[in-house]
Amino acid sequence: MPEIKVTPLGAGQDVGRSCILVSIGGKNIMLDCGMHMGFNDDRRFPDFSYITQQGRLTEFLDCVIISHFHLDHCGALPYMSEMVGYDGPIYMTHPTKAICPILLEDFRKITVDKKGETNFFTSQMIKDCMKKVVPLNLHQTVQVDDELEIKAYYAGHVLGAAMVQIKVGSESVVYTGDYNMTPDRHLGAAWIDKCRPDILISESTYATTIRDSKRCRERDFLKKVHETVERGGKVLIPVFALGRAQELCILLETFWERMNMKAPIYFSTGLTEKANHYYKLFITWTNQKIRKTFVQRNMFEFKHIKAFDRSYADNPGPMVVFATPGMLHAGQSLQIFKKWAGNEKNMIIMPGYCVQGTIGHKILNGQKKLEMENRQTISNGQSEIERCEPGCCRLSLEVKLQVEYMSFSAHADAKGIMQLIRMAEPRNMLLVHGEAKKMEFLKDKIEQEFTINCFMPANGETTTVITNPSVPVDISLNLLKREMALGGPLPDPKKPRTMHGTLIMKDNSLRLVTPEQALKELGLNEHQLRFTCRVQLQDPHSDPDTLSRIYTHLKSVLKGYTIQHLPDGTVMVESIVIKVSSSAEEPNTKVLLLSWSYQDEDLGSFLSTLLKKGLPSGLSSM
Amino acid sequence: MKLYCLSGHPTLPCNVLKFKSTTIMLDCGLDTTSVLQFLPLPLVHSPRLSKLPGWVSKDGTINLEKELKECAGRVFVDSQPEFCLPEKELLDLSTIDVILISNYHCMMALPYITEHTGFTGTVYATEPTLQIGRLLMEELVNFMERVPKAQSATCWKYKEIQRLLPGPLKDAVEVSTWKRCYSMQDVNSALSKVQLVGYSQKVELFGAVQVTPLSSGYSLGSSNWIIQSHYEKVSYVSGSSLLTTHPQPMDQSSLKNSDVLILTGLTQMPTANPDGMLGDFCSNLAMTIRAGGNVLVPCYSSGVIYDLLECLYQFIENANLGSTPFYFISPVANSSLEFSQIFAEWLCHNKQSKVYLPEPPFPHAELIQTNKLKHYPSIHGDFSSEFRQPCVVFTGHPSLRFGDVVHFMELWGKSSLNTIIFTEPDFSYLDALAPYQPLAMKCVYCPIDTRLNFHQVSKLLKEVQPLHVVCPEQYTQPPPAQSHRSDLMLELQPPPMPYRRCSVLGLPFRRRWERIQLLPEVGPVATHLSDISILLSLVHHSALQWGKKVFSQPPIVQVLPLKKMRGLATLGDLVNDLQRAGTKVTKPTISNTLRRQGLKSCSARRVTLLKPVHVQARLKFAREHLDDPEEDWENVIWSDETKI
Repeated sequence: MPEIKVTPLGAGQDVGRSCILVSIGGKNIMLDCGMHMGFNDDRRFPDFSYITQQGRLTEFLDCVIISHFHLDHCGALPYMSEMVGYDGPIYMTHPTKAICPILLEDFRKITVDKKGETNFFTSQMIKDCMKKVVPLNLHQTVQVDDELEIKAYYAGHVLGAAMVQIKVGSESVVYTGDYNMTPDRHLGAAWIDKCRPDILISESTYATTIRDSKRCRERDFLKKVHETVERGGKVLIPVFALGRAQELCILLETFWERMNMKAPIYFSTGLTEKANHYYKLFITWTNQKIRKTFVQRNMFEFKHIKAFDRSYADNPGPMVVFATPGMLHAGQSLQIFKKWAGNEKNMIIMPGYCVQGTIGHKILNGQKKLEMENRQTISNGQSEIERCEPGCCRLSLEVKLQVEYMSFSAHADAKGIMQLIRMAEPRNMLLVHGEAKKMEFLKDKIEQEFTINCFMPANGETTTVITNPSVPVDISLNLLKREMALGGPLPDPKKPRTMHGTLIMKDNSLRLVTPEQALKELGLNEHQLRFTCRVQLQDPHSDPDTLSRIYTHLKSVLKGYTIQHLPDGTVMVESIVIKVSSSAEEPNTKVLLLSWSYQDEDLGSFLSTLLKKGLPSGLSSM
Repeated sequence: MKLYCLSGHPTLPCNVLKFKSTTIMLDCGLDTTSVLQFLPLPLVHSPRLSKLPGWVSKDGTINLEKELKECAGRVFVDSQPEFCLPEKELLDLSTIDVILISNYHCMMALPYITEHTGFTGTVYATEPTLQIGRLLMEELVNFMERVPKAQSATCWKYKEIQRLLPGPLKDAVEVSTWKRCYSMQDVNSALSKVQLVGYSQKVELFGAVQVTPLSSGYSLGSSNWIIQSHYEKVSYVSGSSLLTTHPQPMDQSSLKNSDVLILTGLTQMPTANPDGMLGDFCSNLAMTIRAGGNVLVPCYSSGVIYDLLECLYQFIENANLGSTPFYFISPVANSSLEFSQIFAEWLCHNKQSKVYLPEPPFPHAELIQTNKLKHYPSIHGDFSSEFRQPCVVFTGHPSLRFGDVVHFMELWGKSSLNTIIFTEPDFSYLDALAPYQPLAMKCVYCPIDTRLNFHQVSKLLKEVQPLHVVCPEQYTQPPPAQSHRSDLMLELQPPPMPYRRCSVLGLPFRRRWERIQLLPEVGPVATHLSDISILLSLVHHSALQWGKKVFSQPPIVQVLPLKKMRGLATLGDLVNDLQRAGTKVTKPTISNTLRRQGLKSCSARRVTLLKPVHVQARLKFAREHLDDPEEDWENVIWSDETKI
């Protein structure tokens, strides 16, 4: 039986370094190629040696698809394509193609220049890697080769995020990447048609959470920011440069305008302005409202939000700062955090998920004392570079500021995941990109509610799903029309109908044709299958009279059938022949000879049973 | 399979294809050349136009002085301009299932088709086509409603009267179908029926037909369409271009192996080279400005204007025109310029890579930033105070009958310093200028039409090899003005099938096969010839259509194999076979055994065909319940329900 195999190299019962291998209909596809934020060693990248121990990956993969630009979905791409070696096509949407190299370059700078790592991909490798990228439009059906086709759907998680449908023949898999089922202030909701894939591979970051309405969360967020600013505190919001940042900026911008607030809002890093520019140029990927009004007022031109300079962090008085990165694992957000952590008037709002091992994760778990490496910072042009001093000392940091967690990250919650299953109606479900415990819970829920299989393989573990692809057959229109005509113009699905045809397998094609045509095409003679049966009958009449009596009898019993009394001494009921004979010794014992073809078996056997019962008396012989 | 041709205009087509019980309209172009018969609508009161003498026939028997006015030696209709609509009588527009739009110029008649006709189908178009199409319609409505004219002229349209009228009015065709412009309400309602599609997206129609838009290279989001089933393929080519301008290049290879190729929208200027015209445009513009005159460019507010601005962006620096103001005046000028920048996916490769930087794909952003190009919604308001001469003005409408251009004609027409440069190929410039004669202003005709020319199209057809080509009759003979140019027509083998307005063509198709799906239980059929019985669950497509439910897969037919029944053998054969194997059985035994195994046969009962009255009743039911919300249908048990 044909089967589909799914093996996560990353993101199996885990969040980070998403990388999922799918084998379908003889094709191998890699879905996402991300890095893990929580590790700094080999575990940072997926283990590509699973695919092949040595040599390049090109001959083992038919294509690579990247769902969106977050590093845990594309961070390992240059490593995979340039250092391990892959020359086939890499598919991603236009915004992802635009933004992905910038984030990769940023990531490279932090790792190589700051941490001094060698054996890492270079800027040139990022560029070479991007040359292999083929842009993907929403809903466009891309034919990777003759058999494999892929199609992107809107996922709403960040600008340019997509879900992909992979199809070979009648088998298909949908991979959601990260998605969001509720439209927010700048993006729309994910959508997919009823494509009934064999497997739906879904993220499950918020597998157990059902979040209250967005409006409440927004009000909460604004209230907290407002309170802190009112009492003169500083608010730090660690974000990634693209995505949540824009949503929260729109939120604060409108709030500031409405409330006529004066406290400054800053946005760190030079990336921001550029990022907002991407949003302006890819406005077709944002939500309905922004798209409708962008000519009059572009939502991504902010009046109150200004660029941040590192010296502002020490300014007195209230302020709100958006700083990157979002998980407090490095960079400016971490620096500002260190400066502000000691003051209980200040507040840090974590608007997204934090991977295990990051400082963000630690403080969210209520850790009040942090051990961290003491780094000296040196300024180097535009970008800030931190370098680990040889023999650096440990520094312990007390966390006094208020820590608030507010789930603004645009992942689907349990309700959203269920909603997507309802939309796509998959035959099997596979969960990735989530924590094992939470997955377990969701898995049970899905199996209960939809009675479909739900899998949650760990990294390196293969899930095999048997599929039932149907076999396409060419049916001759003649045959179809003939059979349709027999049953009247209206099909009645409640009553299956038998139809007669011949299946010809020739040159790799299957054709269903009328038996006559098949015989003709293959040069065969038609054999006929005829049933004959003798029935003995006591009837004191002459043979012709008996025949007439039979004729009259059948005429009265079988209404609506053509019954003929032929001059050559036979009676025909449809195509069934009835003859009467008797021996000279026993003229009253008549032997009826019935003969029918295979096609008339029902009527034939009915007739033989009927005639065995004898003829009723009182029948005139006409 | 049939093709109904509702428009005779070769570049503004409107055809209806009936294919496998779906009715598909291909484009709905609006022929606006009819407006040339009307008087211009001035934005500012014009003493000249308001004092024109009415027209009375020479013998005085026909007096239409209220409706017809004499102007510059010609007779014009004095009412709101009217458009020539696609034919509405040839078939019932309410039976149309879908409308496929190829580009924004070919959708201007949409409100006439979808509104007040009982139309209940879906319109498919790409996002740029929808957005820019909306702008063009909005502009048209705005032009008309800004200068309301109470009077509508109808008397002159009577056949007996029209016959006696002078000049081009007498020869105007289909005047009875001419209609005034639609309202914004109609536009919004019509466009709400549009469903967006992307290039190469496969759209299933009722599980019977698949339609796919392909990039056609002519304008932002412009597309050709493939309409196909598993065995038949129709290509619809409309407004395509092989030149490198701003849109994504044309997808040619997907047009291969068509049974029928419907070819419309070739260039209207087969002898004019667009590059040369662009050069002429720039040099004439520079000459006029240097001499201190103004330049007027009547144009549509989207399309070639982007290329003109890009060309000027490079040209003005070299030509030392940096200080000359460029004005773009249209109610949708701002929107058009803004929209052009956000459709990166639909642009040529060069422009796409600019967006990755991120920079705006079109350089007119820079022209606006540096204040070289300014845009205004109309000549009223800010423009009147900020306007400096000499200058270059881009404004509509290219017919010179309405829009802000009328004002500039009145303003600048009398000075020989000024120049009007025609770039749009849709209107004859002499006819457009007729009501303004005599003119002192210089006229330059640089029509830029990037669509395929005859040379390109014959090369394309050689490449994609369609079995049959259908095209407007105009393409099967040289243009009337150049009757000796046999290179300006399509010469093909077999010759193309020409159509004209109101033609109904039977397309040469012989459908022989249909696609069904075998369930895998039938699995590997061991022999090459096997006799099988089939449970026919459901096949009829037209039944599916009633619910307007779109099935993404073809209906499934279950196939059950007859056990061990290989080939066709008689009882006698079997008896002989078994005897050879050492078993003695009689024929009735075999017959009985077969029966016990469930091998029965029966002939299906004949049922009478549907009578017209049933057909009507069902259609009525379907129409009544067409708009029922989806929730309602969940409570309905579908008699044609199937496990797909």
